[in-house]
Amino acid sequence: MKSQTLTAQAALTALPIILSLAITALLVMAVGADPREVFTLVWEGAFRDLRAVGQVVNFWIPLTLCSIGLVVTFTAGLWNIGVEGQMILGAVFASWAALTLDLPAPILVPVEILLAMLGGALWALLVGVLKVRLGVHEIFGGVALNALANVIAIYLISGPWQPPEGGSVRATPPFPAPALLPPLSDTFKVSLLALVIVVVAVVGVWLALRGTRWGLQLKATGKNARSAMLLGVPTGRSALSAFIVCGMLAGIAGSYRVLFTYNSLRPGVSGGIGFLGLLVVLLVANRALWAPLVAFAFAAVLGGSARLKIALQLDASLAGVLQGFLVLTALLSNGLRARLAPPTPISMIEEPAPQPIPAEAAHEQ
Amino acid sequence: MLIEVRHIHKRFGPVHANDDISLTFPHGRIVGILGENGAGKSTLMKILSGYQSFDSGEILIDGQPVDYRGPLAAIAHGVGMLQQDPLDVAAFTVLENFVYGMPGGLRIPRRAARRRLAELTERLGFALDPEMPIAQLSIGQRQQLEIVRLLALGVKALILDEPTTGISAEQKAILFDALRQLAEHDQMTILLVSHKLEDVIALCHEVAVLRAGRLVGCRAMPATTSELVTMMFGQELPPVDRQSADVSAAPNVLTLDRLHLRGKRVTVADLSLQVKAGEVIGLAGLDGSGQELLLRACAGLLKPLHGRVIVGGEDLTGHPYRDFLRRGVAFSAAGRLEEGLIAGLTLTEHIALVTETGTLVDWERARRRTSDQIARYNVRGRPDSPVETLSGGNQQRLLMALMAEQPVLMALEQPTRGLDVDSSRWIWQQLLARRERGAAILFSSSELDELVTYSHRILVFYAGRVYPVDAARTTIDELGRLIGGHLDGA
Repeated sequence: MKSQTLTAQAALTALPIILSLAITALLVMAVGADPREVFTLVWEGAFRDLRAVGQVVNFWIPLTLCSIGLVVTFTAGLWNIGVEGQMILGAVFASWAALTLDLPAPILVPVEILLAMLGGALWALLVGVLKVRLGVHEIFGGVALNALANVIAIYLISGPWQPPEGGSVRATPPFPAPALLPPLSDTFKVSLLALVIVVVAVVGVWLALRGTRWGLQLKATGKNARSAMLLGVPTGRSALSAFIVCGMLAGIAGSYRVLFTYNSLRPGVSGGIGFLGLLVVLLVANRALWAPLVAFAFAAVLGGSARLKIALQLDASLAGVLQGFLVLTALLSNGLRARLAPPTPISMIEEPAPQPIPAEAAHEQ
Repeated sequence: MLIEVRHIHKRFGPVHANDDISLTFPHGRIVGILGENGAGKSTLMKILSGYQSFDSGEILIDGQPVDYRGPLAAIAHGVGMLQQDPLDVAAFTVLENFVYGMPGGLRIPRRAARRRLAELTERLGFALDPEMPIAQLSIGQRQQLEIVRLLALGVKALILDEPTTGISAEQKAILFDALRQLAEHDQMTILLVSHKLEDVIALCHEVAVLRAGRLVGCRAMPATTSELVTMMFGQELPPVDRQSADVSAAPNVLTLDRLHLRGKRVTVADLSLQVKAGEVIGLAGLDGSGQELLLRACAGLLKPLHGRVIVGGEDLTGHPYRDFLRRGVAFSAAGRLEEGLIAGLTLTEHIALVTETGTLVDWERARRRTSDQIARYNVRGRPDSPVETLSGGNQQRLLMALMAEQPVLMALEQPTRGLDVDSSRWIWQQLLARRERGAAILFSSSELDELVTYSHRILVFYAGRVYPVDAARTTIDELGRLIGGHLDGA
């Protein structure tokens, strides 16, 4: 019974992926290319050597951090579309430390990451307070704060933090070496510290949602906030805490982009990773352990598509097309899941009646 | 047009909303359909007008069985329904709304439609400007528009769902005149669903009464309010074991001081009440007369405009629900899956929500507790069952299991709604056990015998006015009169 539902779950998660691959293949055929060739190229693009794998992992790390954070807000029934802005604020806070603090690396890096968590959490808390206290829907608040975060980053890059040669809106000066995360090796350029953080975050969220009262209260709030409140759950606080946790994780993701990927703060530093994380969560819902797997598939497809242009004159945005179809088919399969779910099996409930206990005896206990 | 329904059955999950209903609606008559919320009258009307499918049974029009799916098909057969909230298009004008839905191609016969609209409104005494946008109309005018629209579509039978809610007395008079004219002059069949007994008495030629999904009576009018109330609420005289424990020496657990409460449709003004430990107070009245406002105010879910709510000597006015919960106020709402239980969570998860206090949830312990509570409260379900798979009675049992063992005050909205006699009695045993431990109970109910059996005092609500009754001395008949609005004559 249990394994059967697991298989069914896996099938319903895989269905949109297979379906969107098929549609993309048709599309590729329509423009006269060979889908097998495309898929081979994407595969090779992602996994041809250690360097390519490193690039995939470098994309996967912030994507997984955002996704796992979004699993938390999703569990609480919140659409934290502001995750992009939370990433950017994390990047900004980390950049401030990288540019201004003159500390040895073993101290500076943790300070940067903690500040990034603070920045992301503050930005998320803002969305949360708007939602919980003022009734502004988190999607609207999130979109507005995303735009604001972008403006802040651009202002800093073109103003206070502009390079000494001046005038550039492309990036801050490169950060000094002690401020950066060191790569594992020259061929496999991935930060070990970031990998550790990702594992801790995924396992931590998984455990917290499963085994803590906090996780249970989040779930209750997400499923029916009104009933949860009546049962004594502090639903407002639950929602805010979900925002804060997601913001902290998004903040770390943002810091990774500036401290490792780019070595500087630049506009669009979040690179749409937050939005992509929302997509991941659409697919995995509140199953935390699935998030890194799906995120990895996304990262591989995106990383692998980079060479399509050179090899086949196909635009690399094919990866975006694939993802777009993935959203649609994922939503479709969610609808399908709801429709296929058997109607409330009443017989199942009525039949295994526990031994009726005389009511008098029952309330004497 | 003669409409017959025969042996209509409709189930929603465990709820038998229409249980073997057979009725005949002759032409030229206005028939009132009565019943409390959840009695099944709206379901029956939706079935008749094609908005709802049914499980078994048949509908006959002029002796011919018809099988229509959807409101358009019903209209084609001559049956139209006026919804409580008129289904018009806010962005359109009166004329555009009048025209849409009419058969024909893309070309809109504006001139003919305008003439037809003028003709119909004039005959029925309605005042509708064809160019007026819907957004500027009152609800009464939107109803008028909907009526003439249905008439223009050739409807021979008109179903009206609570048509007098939210319209002025003047518009009500116009509406009633129009309906009488349609029945007497045009020989139309008119069905009126209403909570307002005075409307039914003023307008209807006969009434049909539903209770808990079953047809419990039909009669020709005229009838008095109390006769109608008795039909709606049932007339079994309660057993003699009324609550008569003396609570005069008990301490006050709840004091309401000149409370003003505002709801969406009704306002309760200047309500003062003292409730003693162990006291049971029943709140009677038709749905939406203000009882639910009082219950919610007692639990901190509705902030009073003025006045104070004092629980156990402590002024909690304006405090959040959690403070009330902490002081031992237990609230349960009529909608169990909307306000109370969480669909998608299992029984164990519910128990863990209210019993676990540490950072980590001890799922073993929670499951053990759930098994205990399942046995103790006789819930038919397993620890891992999602709550939405439980039947209504078992959901109510689970809610009892989730409720504090020793509350100070219980504010219960229709605690036995939809339950059969045994389940109701069982729930009351649980409630009274908590009463024995000192809890006071405030509950609303639509069952007169439940109110009389369990209450020490009854407060009758009518349109926000409150009339106190001594439960030990009142009769079903008197209660019926009061509920129907004859507060002064009592």
